[in-house]
Amino acid sequence: MVFYRGHLLICGGTGCVSSGCKDVIAAFQEELRKRKLDEEIKIVETGCHGFCEKGPLVIVYPEGVMYCRVEVKDVQEIVGEHLMKGRPVSRLFFTEPLSLDKVPKYQEIDFYRKQQRIALRNCGYIDPENFNEYLARGGYAALEKMLSEMTPEEVTHAVKAAGLRGRGGGGFPTGTKWEFCAKAAGAKKYIVCNADEGDPGAFMDRSLLEGDPHNILEGMMIAAYAIGADEGYLYIRAEYPLAIKRIQTAISQAEELGLLGKNILGSNFSLTLKIKEGAGAFVCGEETALIASIEGERGIPRSRPPFPAVKGLFGKPTVINNVETFANVPQIILYGADKFAAVGTERSKGTKVFALTGKLRNTGLVEVPMGITMREIIYEIGGGTFEGKKFKAVQIGGPSGGCLPENKLDLPIDYDSLIQAGAMMGSGGLVVMDDESCIVDVARYFLSFTRSESCGKCTPCREGTMRLLEILERICAGEGVPEDIAKMEKLAYSIKASALCGLGQTAPNPILSTLRHFRHEYEAHINDKKCPAGVCQALFYYRIDDHTCVGCTVCAKICPVGAISGERKQAHQLDMVKCIKCGVCVERCPFHAIVKE
Amino acid sequence: MALEQVKLEKCTEFISDGMYHKLEALLQKDKKSPEMLIFVLQQAQNIYGYLPEAVLLRISEALDVPKAKIYGVVTFYSQFHLKPRGRNVIRVCQGTACHVRGVSRIVGKIKEELGVDVGETTEDLRFTFESVACIGACGLAPVVMINSDTHGRLTADKVPLILSLYE
Repeated sequence: MVFYRGHLLICGGTGCVSSGCKDVIAAFQEELRKRKLDEEIKIVETGCHGFCEKGPLVIVYPEGVMYCRVEVKDVQEIVGEHLMKGRPVSRLFFTEPLSLDKVPKYQEIDFYRKQQRIALRNCGYIDPENFNEYLARGGYAALEKMLSEMTPEEVTHAVKAAGLRGRGGGGFPTGTKWEFCAKAAGAKKYIVCNADEGDPGAFMDRSLLEGDPHNILEGMMIAAYAIGADEGYLYIRAEYPLAIKRIQTAISQAEELGLLGKNILGSNFSLTLKIKEGAGAFVCGEETALIASIEGERGIPRSRPPFPAVKGLFGKPTVINNVETFANVPQIILYGADKFAAVGTERSKGTKVFALTGKLRNTGLVEVPMGITMREIIYEIGGGTFEGKKFKAVQIGGPSGGCLPENKLDLPIDYDSLIQAGAMMGSGGLVVMDDESCIVDVARYFLSFTRSESCGKCTPCREGTMRLLEILERICAGEGVPEDIAKMEKLAYSIKASALCGLGQTAPNPILSTLRHFRHEYEAHINDKKCPAGVCQALFYYRIDDHTCVGCTVCAKICPVGAISGERKQAHQLDMVKCIKCGVCVERCPFHAIVKE
Repeated sequence: MALEQVKLEKCTEFISDGMYHKLEALLQKDKKSPEMLIFVLQQAQNIYGYLPEAVLLRISEALDVPKAKIYGVVTFYSQFHLKPRGRNVIRVCQGTACHVRGVSRIVGKIKEELGVDVGETTEDLRFTFESVACIGACGLAPVVMINSDTHGRLTADKVPLILSLYE
C-alpha cells in the first residue's frame, strides 16, 4: 500500500464546481507531477464542505489548513511554499468577518466550530466515489451489527427510542412510521428515499447524496430490514445530475460487494435499490404525489388515509423518508439510541442541517444540534448581517414556512417551538433579511412559487393561492385597500383547513406568519402607500439631492431611459415621469447624491 | 388506421438516422409496463431532444397506456417538451429599461435573422427564441441572454454578428 505524507482535499460539490474547482484540481495534479510530489501527496476530490460561498475550497492534511477561493494561479504558490517548504500561504486563509483575524485551521473557524456534524460527518472528508474511504470511516458497520445482532423489531425500537423525526419538513416520528409499516398486512413492502428537494434555497439533500452516497444507502438498508422490504427506490430530481451519478456508482459498488442483492452478508435479508429520476414538479416532494410519480402517473397527491405505510407504492405498504433522515439512521444503530438522544431538546432529538443564505456574511450548509437559538446560528456561525445593516427577519422553512422577527431570535429551535412561533422547520432553508428586504414582497415571491407549482387537483390550493397572490400583487403595486388584510387572513385559514396535501395546507404560511409579526409593513403599503424597505417599485421614487450632487454627469450617462439631465458641474435633475426606478444611478453615483424616498 | 398514417407520415425522418431503432430497443425492454412511462419518456426525449407526436403514439402502443394519459403526464412535468428545442436558447429581456431602450428593435432583428417568433425554434434547431420578465441588468439595457452569456447594450446591427457566435 502506498503511504502518502499529506492529502489535498479539494471540494467537488456542485457549488465549488461552478466556481471552477475542476481546473484547480487539474492544475494541482500537473504541479505535483512536475515537482515529483505525486507519490507523496494525494489529491482527493471530496463532497461538499458546506462553505460554498468561499469555494473552491482546498484543505491540506495532516495540518488541516483551509484555503478559500483558490484559483489556478494560486496553485504553484501552495505547492511550492506549503507542500515543499511547509510554509502555509496566509493570504488564502479564511478571514473572520468580525475580528478580521486570519484563521488557518479548518476546525477553528467560527463557521465550523459551533457545528455538530452527524448527518454530514463524512461530507468533505472522503472521496464519495471511493468505497474504501466510506468503510474506513465506520461505514456499513451499522449494517453488519444489525444483521448479526438485531431483530427488525429491535431496529424499529432503537430508532423510536432515539426520537428521530422526519427531516423533510413534517417532523413525523420515524420509528413510529416504520412500526406502522412493519405491522401492515402483506409480504411485499417498499422503502423509498425522498430526494426531490425542491424548496428554493435548500440544498442539504443534494450535498448528502453527492458527498456521502453510501451513508444514505446504508440508512435505507437498515430501514428496509426493519419494515421487511426487499425493494426500494431513490426518487432524485433530474436537476441534480451529479447526485444521480454518485448514487448510481454507490449502488453498483454495493451490489458488487454483496451489500445489495440477495442474502446480504450471508443473512436472510435481501434488497434491491433503484433510482427514479424526477421530471420537474415541486409537488412530487409530497409523499403521495411522489408515489404517483414513481408509478408513472402525473405527480398528484392522493387523499390520506390510507397512509403510504399501509397502502403506498403499487398499493403495497411503503415507508418514505427524506435523505437527511436516512443519513442519521446508521449512527443510531451503531452507537445506540441513547447517544443520539443525548443531543437536542426534549421532543426534537439530534441535529438538523440548515442551508444558511441571504444577507449575512458566512453562507452555506450548517449542521447544528436541535435547541440552538436562531441568534447563535445567525451571529456566531453566520457572522451576522453586513456592516451597518439592521437585522429584520429570518425566513425559515421555504414556501411552507414563515418569517421570524428579531424578538424571536432567542427561541430554541425545534419542530414544536417553530410551529408555535408561526413558522415551520420545513426542509431547513434559512434566509436572513435585513432592512432592505420587503416583507410583503417576500410573501409575494413565495406565493408566486406555490401558485405555479400547485398541481391543480384541489380547489382551495389551485384557486386560493391564485387569489392570495392577486391581492399581494395589488398591495405591492400600491393599490391595496384596508379590507385586504382581513380578506387574506380569512382565505388563508380556509386554504389551510381544506387543501388536500401538505403543499396546499402550508402555502398560506408565508402570509400568515408575516401578518402576525410584520402587520405594520402591510399597513404601510396599504394605508400610507409606502414600502419601508424601498423594494416595491410603485411605492418609492428617486430624487437627486442638489446639495450633494457635484454634476459629474455619471448618472446622466448611465441612465437607460435618459431621465437625468443637467449641466456639467451643476446639480442634476431627475424626471420622475421618465424614471423606471432601475437603481443603476444609485449604484454608480460616487457621491451618494441620489436618495430613495 | 389513423395511427399508422401518422406514423408513416412523421416517422420517416426519424428512421433515417437510427433514432427510431434506439427508441424501439428502449421500448422492447419496457414493453407493457405502464409504470415505466416517465422513464421511457425521459429516455425518448434524450434520443430526440423533444417528444414528437409520432413517438408519443408509439410509446402509447408499446406500454399499453392511453394517449390522453401520456399527454397528461407530458404536460404536467416541466422537463418534457412537445416541440423541438434549439441547441442554443436565446432569452430576450422584456424589462422596462430594455423596453424603453428599444429591445423591440432587437427582437425584430432576431426575428428577421432567424425567421421565427418569440416562443419558437428555428427549423435547423440552432436556436430557441424565448422572452423573460427581467434579467436584472438594466444598466446594460437592452439585454439578450444566449445560453449563459449576457449580451448588453445591444443594437440591431450587432445582432447578426452575435448570433454567428453560436453554432
